[in-house]
Formats: sequence, structure tokens, C-alpha cells
Amino acid sequence: MIEKRGLASAVPHIILILGIAFMCFPIYLTLVASTVTQEEIVHPPLPLLPGPHLIENYKDALFSGVNVPVMRMLFNSLVMAMAIAVGKIAISLLSAYAIVYFRFRFRMLCFWTIFITLMLPVEVRIVPTYEVVAQLNMLNSYAGLTLPLIASATATFLFRQFFMTVPDELFEAARMDGAGPLRFFKDILLPLSTTNIAALFVILFIYGWNQFLWPLLVTTDPQMNTIVMGIKQMLPTADDWGNWPVTMATAVLAMLPPIAVVVFMQRLFVKGLIETEK
Amino acid sequence: MEKRVTFGGGVLPYLLVLPQMIITAVFFLWPASQAVYQSVQLPDPFGLSTTFVWLDNFKFLLSDRYYLESFQTTAVFSVAVTVLSMGLALLFAVMADGVIRGASTHKTLLIWPYAVAPAIAGVVWLFLFNPSIGVVAFYLKYAGYHWNHVLNANEAMLLVVVAAAWKQISYNFLFFLAGLQAIPRSLIEAAAIDGAGGWHRFRTITFPLLSPTTFFLLVVNIVYAFFDTFGIIHTVTAGGPERATMILVYKVYADGFVGQDLGSSAAQSVILMVIVAALTVVQFRFIERRVHY
Repeated sequence: MIEKRGLASAVPHIILILGIAFMCFPIYLTLVASTVTQEEIVHPPLPLLPGPHLIENYKDALFSGVNVPVMRMLFNSLVMAMAIAVGKIAISLLSAYAIVYFRFRFRMLCFWTIFITLMLPVEVRIVPTYEVVAQLNMLNSYAGLTLPLIASATATFLFRQFFMTVPDELFEAARMDGAGPLRFFKDILLPLSTTNIAALFVILFIYGWNQFLWPLLVTTDPQMNTIVMGIKQMLPTADDWGNWPVTMATAVLAMLPPIAVVVFMQRLFVKGLIETEK
Repeated sequence: MEKRVTFGGGVLPYLLVLPQMIITAVFFLWPASQAVYQSVQLPDPFGLSTTFVWLDNFKFLLSDRYYLESFQTTAVFSVAVTVLSMGLALLFAVMADGVIRGASTHKTLLIWPYAVAPAIAGVVWLFLFNPSIGVVAFYLKYAGYHWNHVLNANEAMLLVVVAAAWKQISYNFLFFLAGLQAIPRSLIEAAAIDGAGGWHRFRTITFPLLSPTTFFLLVVNIVYAFFDTFGIIHTVTAGGPERATMILVYKVYADGFVGQDLGSSAAQSVILMVIVAALTVVQFRFIERRVHY
């Protein structure tokens, strides 16, 4: 650094600490609220230190919940996030492989068909997509929950970009040794792509876990609710006080898996984030 | 860009693209064409038959006071979210770039809110500002200000803006920090030797060199504010009070699923698709430019 004089060097630290406080304080209070009783919450102010009711609140949330035990919603969220992440990666790997390593009729048509899906996020086509899923009898099913979110241009493009950088010599050497297309894919391309796959998996897992609008529409059966959308029904309404400690415990449970992924796989996460947006 | 060497044709490549093609056709192309088709239809009140009405749904929308208001609300909302989250993220990134000790801890603590779902961010901020039990609302009352976003339109807007910006800061911070770290130290040092102070260096060297990152983030943030904030609106205000936070995406949902006005909702979807398409084109043109600069 260039300037490092007394007070001036403390300013960045102070601003950063204020920033971190702004980012973390809401989460901290959520955590506190999940360890106290309803009485302590409805008679503000909320204490600033955690209370002793952590275990009972979380037990209450996990095993009874409001409409459905949170355990069930966590399971649904996990299935959804995994299916979306694995599904997207699988179909994108295959189609990117075909587009890069093969010459076939309609190749460019396929490419452009994938490309335009970039322009159709689920939020802008909700009503017709809902109707299609309803006609296919996929409401309240894991297939209906995940399939419409699986097609993704970004993942296909990421793998396409990556495959383009794989040296042609590898391909030629593999051909020389008599490897067919499937062999080349399995033994050379896949092992080379592991870091990319892992980085993408982290991003897609968070994307799938955090879906809100789509599960809200297709899961009318509480047994199929995901945790991120299910929490909406726990919020107090005009004629109901709700149960804040249990709701906040659910909020913490809903945040925990994606936050754990970001914190523990930070390097992959940053790589995935920056590469998918290129 | 093409590979020089490829496998021959045969049936294999078709099999490889098939899964993605089927999903794209069934869940993207079919619904999108349905949206376009429905947007020029008017169903009768019982849903038994529909009439072809050309662009009447669009004409109606564009003369509908509520729809135009929703456009305005979306504009205010997305500009506020973008400015707030990018401004704070840039400030934090510049500060973090200068700090050496504890840099990775700072970074971790600033980026993890990215993982919080918009809907959960909404729940958390709603809890803080709940007029009867919220901690922040309580201390505001203590300080003599009666916060009630359930009734006050401006406060409702402020709350959803803060919640949406809060969640997006992490993302912007990461990209700004990466952009800052890519700026050659020698440029900054040369300017410092020439006697340029900290602010002067930032304004004339750092900020211009960050402009590709800034422009990219601008597009991403607008897309985020337009589409990904549905969960925040739905949990915090549900578009209220008096449609004060009814952004376009929320209105598609409210009219289509709650109001059952399918023609209008489909027309709104088509307008949104045009907006996304335009933003995507802008983003891609920019990326092409960045590759060559």
C-alpha cells in the first residue's frame, strides 16, 4: 500500500467493520429470535443475547412446524436443489459436448434454441409454464418442481467455453489410441472438467435451494412444500400472531445449507460465480 | 470459434443434445409461444371460449393506470436497489482492497449473505421492521418516529429496497473486488508519486478502469431487481400498501394467479420477455466488446 499513516490506515477497517455489521446484524438477530420465547418477542425490545430456548424451538420447528414439519420441507428442498444442480450439469455437459465435438445437421439450430432460453427466466413465463406442467399432471411432484428449471443456457455455454480451450492434441492422441467418442468423453473430458463441474454445482445448488416463485405455484400440497416458500405461511397475518421463535428457527434452517456451501467451498463458489457470468 | 478436429456424424450427437432439446421445447418454447398466443386472446368470463382480439390486451395494458404505475414503481425500485447495493459494495471493495491483515475474514463475512434466499431476506427484514414487534421499529418509536410500512407507502418501498439491496451487496462486492485486484499496482503507484491523493487516484484511475465491471454489474443488478426480487416483495409487502410496491413481475403473478386475468397476465409476460431479451442483448454486446478491448 502507498499511504500508511496513523489514523488514515484505521479508516478502511472501521468502514469494513460497519459494513460487516450491516451485513451480519440482521442474521444475528434472527439467530437470537430463534432462541427465545414468543412472549419475549411480542413484548419488544428483543434481548440482544441468545436465550435458553434454542433446542425446544428447533425441535418444535423440525418435528411439528405449522402446516408440515420443517424436516419434510428441508428434505423437499434438498431433493429440489440436488435435482436441479445435477440435472442441469448432466444435460449441459452432454449438449455442450455434442455442439463442440461433432458436426451434425441442425447443430446451429440446437445452439440457438439453447441460447434463447437465456431470455426466458421462469418469472416471465410463469402462467403458461404452470399450465403446461398442470397438463402434464406434474403438479405436486418432484418432476414438476425441478424439470422446468433444469434447462439452462449458462451451464451449456460454460462447458462449451471450457471444451474449446481443451487442446486439440489431446483429442488427436485419444483418437490415435483408438478411443471412441464416449471413451474420450468419459476418460479425458470429464476428468478435465471436474473443477468446473464442482464450481457450477455450488452455484446451482444455491440457485435451486433458493427458488421461491416456482415451488409456490406447483406445490399446493403442504407435503411437497420447500422450506424457502413454506416459511411464507408461517408469517403472522392480520388475525394471527404467528409463532415467531419457530418461524425464525425455520429461517435459520433455510439459510444454513446454502451459507455452509458458500463459506466452506468459498474458492469454488467464487470461481463458479465469476465464470457463469462471463 | 470452432474446433478443427471433430468426431464424425452418426446418431450419437443427436442423442447427446436430445435431453436438453426436449426440456427446452416442453418447458420453454411451448409456454413462451402459449404466452404470445394468449396475449392476443380474450377468454369469456366463464373460460369456455376465447376470442382473438389482436393487440387489444396490450392496448388495454398501456392505457391501464395501474400498469403504468407498476412500471414507474419498478423503475424507482430497481434504480434504488442498484444504486444502493452497487454504491455500498464499491465502498466496501475499495476498503477491502487496501486492507491486508484480516482480508480473507472480511471477505468471507461480507459475501455469505449471497446465499440467503430473497424470500428469507424478506422474512429477516420484516422481522426487524415489524411495526408491533420489530427491534428497529421499536427503537425508532423510542426515538420518536412511528414506523409502519403496512400503512405507509414510502416506508414499504424503503423496506423492500433495503432488503433487496442488502442481499445483492455480496455479489457486487465480489465482482468489484476482483476488478480492483486486476488493476496494475504500478499505475496507482505512479499516480501517487506524481502527487495524486487517494480520492484523486480513485476518480481518475481506479474508477475508469473499473468501468467494464461497473457496466456489467449494472445490467445484472437491473435484471436482479426486475425478476429475482419476487420473494422479497411477496414476503414483506405482497405489493401493498395500495400497490405501492407492485413491481411488474409481482403484477404478472397477482393478475394471473390471484386475479385470474389470463389475457392481461400473458400480455404482461410478453412485455417482460421483450425487456429481458433487450437486457440480454445489451449484456452480450458489452461482453463482445470486453473480449476485444
